[in-house]
Amino acid sequence: MASIWEYANPKKFIDTADRLLPVVAVLAAVALAVGLVWGFFFTPEDYRQGATVKIIYLHVPAALMAINAWLMMLVASLIWLVRRHHVSALAARAAAPVGAVMTVIALVTGAIWGQPMWGTWWAWDPRLTSFLILFLFYLGYIALWSAIEDDDTAADLTAILCMVGSVFAVLSRYAVNFWNQGLHQGASLSLDKEENVADVFYHPLLVSIAGFVLLFLALVLLRTQTEIRARRMRALLRRERMT
Amino acid sequence: MIALLIRDLRLAVRAGGGFGLGLVFYLILVALVAFGVGPQTERLAGIAPGILWVGALLACLLSLDRIFALDREDGSLDLLATAPLPLEGVVAVKALAHWLTTGLPLVGAAPVLGVLLSLPAAGQGWLMLSLLLGTPALSVIGAFGAALTVGLKRGGLLLSLLVLPLYVPVLIFGAEVARRGAEGMVLQAPLLLLAGITCGTVALLPFAAAAVLRVNLR
Repeated sequence: MASIWEYANPKKFIDTADRLLPVVAVLAAVALAVGLVWGFFFTPEDYRQGATVKIIYLHVPAALMAINAWLMMLVASLIWLVRRHHVSALAARAAAPVGAVMTVIALVTGAIWGQPMWGTWWAWDPRLTSFLILFLFYLGYIALWSAIEDDDTAADLTAILCMVGSVFAVLSRYAVNFWNQGLHQGASLSLDKEENVADVFYHPLLVSIAGFVLLFLALVLLRTQTEIRARRMRALLRRERMT
Repeated sequence: MIALLIRDLRLAVRAGGGFGLGLVFYLILVALVAFGVGPQTERLAGIAPGILWVGALLACLLSLDRIFALDREDGSLDLLATAPLPLEGVVAVKALAHWLTTGLPLVGAAPVLGVLLSLPAAGQGWLMLSLLLGTPALSVIGAFGAALTVGLKRGGLLLSLLVLPLYVPVLIFGAEVARRGAEGMVLQAPLLLLAGITCGTVALLPFAAAAVLRVNLR
């Protein structure tokens, strides 16, 4: 019985990722293409918001992945702290820039959506503000990773930062909620059927979300591979210099 | 622990003038805001609680890298790490010393600067109380940030990038208390939340900071 921890072996991980990557990448491309094309061209316009509602197919999945990427980093950091698997630490490192970009996409598409809908690019609304803070957390995390030379030290420090950051991210979320009640609409998606957007928008949205998840997966696999290889290269160079 | 506290306080007062620096910075910041916004009393009074809180936060930030960097340079941090005192205790004492030399003077200075920004008299007490409750959290969070960046050569800018997002909840609730106090509104909820955050950070973050220090001293 193969255990999941076998994939903590970098060699095994690279081999598996090599086999998985083309599949995941193609699936991501297909799901994104289907979801976005379906969403942009084959859904009716919303009776109140007109065509602008279609940005939802970028905005919602990006926002979702921005949060989930941090969650994944948190889990990977915990695994690194407990079981000292290097691949886990490197996966967390690889996910951070992807998550940061997702946050930016969510913020920018939100601004573009907000301009016609609310008449403003930016509002100090709980959701917007907490996303801005999340973005700052990503920046700090990435900066700390790149500032420390020793890989294991960097992995340890960023893992702890990620944990502390998660607590404060949740705290900030409620703090800004308290601070100001805003313009942002409620959740568009939830397991509770009552709250969901109408079915015509719902199905392409789901496909688009699947596309974003697969895209994230593909990027993280690819970047983790790159990190492993880069680290190997550094180790080889160091050895060469010593002899 | 007390010996360490006294040593840190003495160092802060005698060496390098770091003690008064935060206060002077606070004063300058308030003056700059008045120059930038203009001298209209009403407008200043409206933004006074927020400005005073942001100023306190920045003044705190200014002296954060002193918490561990100097001790790291002359090697006393390694001694402290091997001392019988647990590292968590060292962090807590150092954060306390930072608060006594930076946070507490800010609390004292706030009413004077509040007058400069024409903060209503009713708000003065609440402003002081909110700072008194909130600045310990700033010091502890800052100690965590300083511990993260202690091994780095140019950690100053990175330190502010790491610490400022963590300051957000404290800032929001602290400024909210001061603002509501100035406007005479109900402020029980933010006050309790602020106190809760401070208690939580003081209780938990020394452990995280000590863990980070151990990694950095490895």
